[in-house]
Amino acid sequence: MVTEATASTASSTSASPRPRGNVPIVEVRPSMVAMLDTAPVVFELADVEVFYGAFRAVRGVTMNIQKNQITAFIGPSGCGKTTVLRSLNRMHDVIPGARVAGQVRYHGVDLYGAGVSPTEVRRRIGMVFQKPNPFPKSIYDNIAFGPRVNGVRDKAKLDEIVEKSLRGAALWDEVKDRLRSSAQGMSGGQQQRLCIARTIAVEPEVVLMDEPCSALDPIATARVEELMRELKHRFTIVIVTHNMQQAARVSDRTAFFTAELDSKTEQRTGQLVEYDVTSKMFSNPRDERTENYITGRFG
Amino acid sequence: MTPPDPTAVQPIDLRARMSWRVIVNHAMTAAMLGAVVLIAIPLVLVLWSLLARGASAAFADFPAFFTKDIPHMDTQPGGGMGPAIVGTLLVTGGAALLAIPLGILGAVYLHEYGKSSTFARLVRFLSVVMTGVPSIVMGLFVYIMWTMRFGYSAFGGSIAMACLMLPVVIRATEQMLELVPAHLREASYALGTTKSRTIVTVVLPAALPGIVSGCLLAVARAAGETAPLLFTVGAASEINASLFSGANTALSAQIFANATSSFPEAQDRAWGAALTLVLLTFAITLIARVFTARIVKR
Repeated sequence: MVTEATASTASSTSASPRPRGNVPIVEVRPSMVAMLDTAPVVFELADVEVFYGAFRAVRGVTMNIQKNQITAFIGPSGCGKTTVLRSLNRMHDVIPGARVAGQVRYHGVDLYGAGVSPTEVRRRIGMVFQKPNPFPKSIYDNIAFGPRVNGVRDKAKLDEIVEKSLRGAALWDEVKDRLRSSAQGMSGGQQQRLCIARTIAVEPEVVLMDEPCSALDPIATARVEELMRELKHRFTIVIVTHNMQQAARVSDRTAFFTAELDSKTEQRTGQLVEYDVTSKMFSNPRDERTENYITGRFG
Repeated sequence: MTPPDPTAVQPIDLRARMSWRVIVNHAMTAAMLGAVVLIAIPLVLVLWSLLARGASAAFADFPAFFTKDIPHMDTQPGGGMGPAIVGTLLVTGGAALLAIPLGILGAVYLHEYGKSSTFARLVRFLSVVMTGVPSIVMGLFVYIMWTMRFGYSAFGGSIAMACLMLPVVIRATEQMLELVPAHLREASYALGTTKSRTIVTVVLPAALPGIVSGCLLAVARAAGETAPLLFTVGAASEINASLFSGANTALSAQIFANATSSFPEAQDRAWGAALTLVLLTFAITLIARVFTARIVKR
């Protein structure tokens, strides 16, 4: 956790915040930081490492993710942001050879401990993927899929969940007259919002988003971002993004990852460089690598 | 002398220039067209001769040919293929009921659970070996294991044909499961769905059209098989609607028996039976396609 003291030492290196690239400078008010710090911790990552076979993709990630906040993971390609994100709901289990070391605690419980069901973990921690991936079913059946799997049989209840989820994803007015038509006939932006609606239909506690806007145009992106700001009151959101402006716009906290070449193994391994309140991160980063990245000097 | 106007539009030639590339392109297009025609010739000829020579026998006294019993004497004109149609439907239907569920379940195990384990690799290898077993050997196998104990019946033929269909169904299904995009599985897992539930509700429906195609291919191939039926089904000239008891017959067996006869009356019946078999296979394919299209749409 970053305290006020470290933040002030970081800013003492330069008298006033310099403009960095085209990222707007946000004034950091101590009250804002204090408020963010008091939120309950949802995830505690302790020295997390992820392996794909013998290849170590990420090492030494230690961080806390807090409730009802949007935490953004940024960094250049191949730095392990998505890898860390997928370790939060055990999505690595479905990739042969993938393995997570270290500890990921969710509300104090080790997600990779004995007796933890990946199915139950994923029901509580939903995920929205980079590419919109609706099932080849109708819009209604896409949303109703999760509730049905979790035992909701009542038609009226399902109707209610579908409407609520689509409204939650700001999609209801666009599709209410064609709930029975195929989800694959929708536009890319609509499909991604459908996937968000599908995720929130099972009432998860956390929503993980893996570059949810990378396939969308600016207008669809703005809608999804607006949606994220609304959703954070109900869920904890972790988002991976390549877009620094997006991280600056929507997130409360930002984690910067980068890949370093290991001199012994000649492999590039991702690691967490800096993790802080977003406004501080973009105005006064502590690490030079972060500064170089957010000002566009590399990556 | 006025200087050339720099803003004047220069006409440019955008037509294709004659070059090796263009020549090769045309030559290849022509070669492909030729190949298509070449492939189509035997197909068209087979259908044409079937229609030309079989239609008169099959549709002369509609629907007598499809319902009447098979005459005992080759020299006897007329008669029908009723028993053979019933027999083919029984044998093929029984084989499909045995091979399709077993094959699909086996493929789901191999692709989703067994993967590259030793057992799964062994099963996959044996299934490939099974594809290579000649159908007459399969008939002989069933003759020894089943027919010698329980006598001739349509079901014996079903077992032999199921053995022939099984590897085809397994391979087709496994290939189709392979083609289901990983992001659909991930989407399902991310909603807290178990593996088995994901397979039933997401993977199999997505692979369904391909699986149906594979099964149809297997059914169509089996319906035309003759050799394994010679040992297992026996011969009958009257309709036997029982799957499990009594000798039966099939269209393919009747085509063989009648076509090898020296009497024109029997040869006519062989042509009629051949046309009937093609139409039957066509009808089954059509029904299955319409059925699948309806499920996929839903």
